[in-house]
Amino acid sequence: MLLLTCPCCGITAEETEFSPGGEAHLKRYGPGSTDDEYEAYMFQRKNPRGVHFERWRHSYGCGKWFLAARDTVTLEVFGTYPAQTTEPPADIVARIKLKRPEWEGYR
Amino acid sequence: MSEHTTSVANGRRFTGFVSIREQQHQGMITLRGDLHSDIVSKAIFEITGCAVPAQRCVERADTCAVAWMSPDELLIFCPYSSVANKEARLSRAVAEEFATVVNVSDARAVFDISGPAWRDALAKLCPVDFVALTEGEIRRTRAAQVAAAIWVSGPEDVRLVCFRSVSGYVFDLLCTAAAPGSEPALYG
Ligand SMILES: [Zn+2]
Repeated sequence: MLLLTCPCCGITAEETEFSPGGEAHLKRYGPGSTDDEYEAYMFQRKNPRGVHFERWRHSYGCGKWFLAARDTVTLEVFGTYPAQTTEPPADIVARIKLKRPEWEGYR
Repeated sequence: MSEHTTSVANGRRFTGFVSIREQQHQGMITLRGDLHSDIVSKAIFEITGCAVPAQRCVERADTCAVAWMSPDELLIFCPYSSVANKEARLSRAVAEEFATVVNVSDARAVFDISGPAWRDALAKLCPVDFVALTEGEIRRTRAAQVAAAIWVSGPEDVRLVCFRSVSGYVFDLLCTAAAPGSEPALYG
């Protein structure tokens, strides 16, 4: 079971109270970008076996979006943090490195 | 005044190992906006007698209650007879703010659930640790397949708020969950 803590309302609940929103920290490439950039932005997603950063919405709860760092294999959650964050926060990165020394880092 | 829009649950009651009753004609107003704004908190206090509740809490005063629904949303309970007046006064009071006020009385349904084993009944429907939910708190979650807000209003009383369009479904769910002899006895 995947347990997430919503940083917007402080509730810890199991995943059926939330909706997944795909990969976090995407940079938008819109008008003026190259075809390759646009294609990557639209279609190419990471699908790691291990540490991953995702968007989630507390859809049955407070309704807010937030971001989560978790392991896609063990379902261990390293932390959740506000949606208004452009890259993984330093404290969460440090926690992941402690628990997954082999992790190659973000990007 | 136009007629009340009735709910499918239509004020029905059921007595199982907890008792269930649809609370008809409950006035409810949704306010969305900056809950830290002085103008909003002053308006809430003047019109309901309540302070802006802390995260996931409910404030009560006289005939009104104000529930924290999200970082930018409150649900105000008041008598149905005063809801139009309160909605109009609130709207005026926050007119200059980035806020909206809507009378949702006929768009929501409210169920009163009473009895010492209410946690056992709701545990069948909601993915919630009810030990962590104490009196004066409200918890938004799902009841089976639909959204619900559960307010612990007394030691043995909770109120469940859902969308009016699913009130018949929720009433049936609650009756099934409360069927006599079906207590899971998860909570002492
Ligand atoms: Zn939340």
